[in-house]
Amino acid sequence: MISQSVFRASLLNPSAPIPEGLTDGHDRPAGRRYGVYRNNVTVSLREALVAGFPSIVSLIGRENFDHVARAYLRQSPPVSPLMMHYGADFPAFLATVEQLAPLPYLSDVARIDVAMRQSYHAADSFGIDPASLQALDEDTLLNTRFGFAPSMILLRSARPIGSIWHYTLRGGEKPTGNPEDVLILRAEFDPEPFILGPGAGDVVEALQGGMPFGPAIETGGPGFDLGALLGLLLSHSAITNLNN
Amino acid sequence: MSKALKTAAIVSAVAASFVAQTTTATAQAKEKCFGISLAGQNSCEAGPGTTCAGTSTVDYQGNAWTIVDAGKCMEIELPAMADGTPRMGSLEALDRDLPQG
Repeated sequence: MISQSVFRASLLNPSAPIPEGLTDGHDRPAGRRYGVYRNNVTVSLREALVAGFPSIVSLIGRENFDHVARAYLRQSPPVSPLMMHYGADFPAFLATVEQLAPLPYLSDVARIDVAMRQSYHAADSFGIDPASLQALDEDTLLNTRFGFAPSMILLRSARPIGSIWHYTLRGGEKPTGNPEDVLILRAEFDPEPFILGPGAGDVVEALQGGMPFGPAIETGGPGFDLGALLGLLLSHSAITNLNN
Repeated sequence: MSKALKTAAIVSAVAASFVAQTTTATAQAKEKCFGISLAGQNSCEAGPGTTCAGTSTVDYQGNAWTIVDAGKCMEIELPAMADGTPRMGSLEALDRDLPQG
């Protein structure tokens, strides 16, 4: 009998020796079976990362991705059995890979992939009836704090991450150089990443932080389009409660 | 019009445009979509762990690896960032800005 810790120690290190004393149940040595298992652990975690980061696979190609994924999974094996959340710190890892340094946007684009999964698996919620917003008098409205759907995720970046994501996965327009804030919204079952207009990222962040509506929309600056943001939030049931 | 009044007017107008929508349409759309996802799309957004990924592909390679030029990133060229970050778009050493000839 060998201990679990001995069995596990060599699992993510292909150059480590196969643990001694493994048998197949009929007292025959089973070293090769360990090799098969070790390989399947690596391959299955790699496949999990491929499934979880479609934009990065598309951007750097499958062959490059396999190398990067292998390096990541050996240093960061899953910490939870919930495999749909595996790779939460893969974006941070991407930023440390020397070979990927010429593509500094990869890390932030990968955060969209992570956030899409988080949004997909977030708790269900119901959007407010827009009529309740319409019914508020001016003073009350400006002092109202908004509550948001658990599936709504704001990602802010100094790079055009939303355009890059759409270009690589949805055949969108080629990205230009402008920084983009992305808001992930899930109206019903499937999350979608939306590129926010000028100032909208500041306003959403302020509202998420609990700032009342009046001062929050002031943070948007002159280019901010209130109607566009409000329409986006309401049409995707993103505002879940009003506190006033 | 004061700024606050203008804000309230915008909110009211936007809210009104959504109130006008019939709820029947939304209910029907929900019914149609319930439990059905496009193949390939759901797995993407649901994330890994939904299929058996066991395979015989041998994957023993160690830490020595090099990046090859591939993928959509090769098609993306972004202008230099204001913060001085160099141009992006290649996995190779950047030499395209060198003077020609």
